Amino acid sequence: MSTVVAGGALGRVLAMVLRHAYLLRKSWPRLLELVYWPSVQMILWGFIAKYMSAHSSFVAQAPGLLIAAVLLWDILFRGQLGVALSFFEEMYARNLAQLFVTPLRPLEFVAAMLTTSLIRTLVGVGGAALLAIPLHHYSVFDLGWPLLLFFVNLLVMGWSIGLMVAGLVLRFGLGAENLAWALIFAVAPVSGVYYPLDVLPAWLQPVARCLPSSHVFEGMRAWTLTHRFRVDLALAALGLNVVYIAVGIAVFLLAFRGARQRGSLLQIGE
Amino acid sequence: MSAASSSDAVIRVHDLTKTFNGVRAVDGISFSIPAGSTCALLGGNGAGKTTTLSILLGLLLPTRGQVTVLGEDILRHRYRVLARMNFTSPYVDLPKRLTVRENLNVYARLYGCTPARSRIEALAQQLELEEFIDRPYGTLSAGQRTRVALAKSLLNEPDLLILDEPTASLDPDVTDRVRHILMDYQRRTGATLLLASHNMVEVERMCDECLIMRQGKIVDRGPPSVLIARYGRDTLEQVFLDIARGQETLAQTS
Repeated sequence: MSTVVAGGALGRVLAMVLRHAYLLRKSWPRLLELVYWPSVQMILWGFIAKYMSAHSSFVAQAPGLLIAAVLLWDILFRGQLGVALSFFEEMYARNLAQLFVTPLRPLEFVAAMLTTSLIRTLVGVGGAALLAIPLHHYSVFDLGWPLLLFFVNLLVMGWSIGLMVAGLVLRFGLGAENLAWALIFAVAPVSGVYYPLDVLPAWLQPVARCLPSSHVFEGMRAWTLTHRFRVDLALAALGLNVVYIAVGIAVFLLAFRGARQRGSLLQIGE
Repeated sequence: MSAASSSDAVIRVHDLTKTFNGVRAVDGISFSIPAGSTCALLGGNGAGKTTTLSILLGLLLPTRGQVTVLGEDILRHRYRVLARMNFTSPYVDLPKRLTVRENLNVYARLYGCTPARSRIEALAQQLELEEFIDRPYGTLSAGQRTRVALAKSLLNEPDLLILDEPTASLDPDVTDRVRHILMDYQRRTGATLLLASHNMVEVERMCDECLIMRQGKIVDRGPPSVLIARYGRDTLEQVFLDIARGQETLAQTS
């Protein structure tokens, strides 16, 4: 009696990606918002860099350093937000219970959120990166192949934090949604986005080294200023990210199981 | 329909218990539902109906008990049967900014319905969704949304359809249409329907069997006509009130 069932896991992941693509495609404010904030940041920091290059020998060595930093930071930020917002959309729509009585598995749901986040990040940060070329005569793509490694590491770290936020919201309800913004900004000062880690107090530097992002930004500065690729930093970031993404997925799955125990999947929403 | 399990039972529940913070929302219930039947889960607010349905769907983990749905242990192998089930509930919704067609397309793909387009077209025709199928779901009236929710629940032609208050807050016209759609689907496919409802007229017309719950327990069961006769009442609503108010012993003996 049941209709032919086909497609499998990939089909279900793509179905969820399609759901978010529908939403983005028809909502120009959403699309604009994706590009708007990274662009505003890029424009602002581009002018700051221009000013500082005349007053700071450090910035004068590589005026594009600050623009690269802000664009890379936005990969982390948008990656995290992309996961968290995809999840919030389902909660706002009171759609979670319907989704989880389909054959969609929690890990497939996670894969869909990560894919959606990748698309949102590429659109948002990619748009800002392209805009920087005519506006500030700086192309982040000139970083070459290390850019891909920086991108992957920052995106994966963003995904990890996004999954933890989604797990916390699943546990504590939409009242906890502000964590999506709060958590990531707590990471910013210790990531050394705009300054070397040496600037941090000695007691804070070990904390910074526990973040994949701090190794990426250190690596980006080394590459930009000396054109030397720091393999040690790349490996540290990759290793930490394996732990981060495992923890992120575990937190989400545990929260999902907890929601099934408390019965909150059917009640959760606006 | 007794607790004794039949070999063709679509749902078999044994000693099902769910406790929330020390309160037993469902208290050691056992029942089975034969294939092809339409069964109602009745009871006042807080009787344990939605909790029971949530466990059957795998949305909620029980504290204790065994649940077999479509031949599979739903607690251990729910993904083997979810493609053959579906449900609607007033407690859930669909993304409001997506059109009806987009929502149905997403769910058709989640259920692996092939080809999705023709299945959606057929349901749109059957449930009269065509005039608003390309409108955002959020702009629809309550009755239109209910029909869309029904279309979603029929996308995969489920063998088991679980309906939590399928006609809640609908006017009599839409209620009647929804009822006919469900009865037609049941007749055409031989699917099993399990519904929780406060609409006793609907239950009398649609259901072969009723399970009546109060404070997490099943306090009575049987076909609507048998229950009415047993309690010496004229309607199932009167039986419901007797049971909900704890007057069933009085009614049965008077």
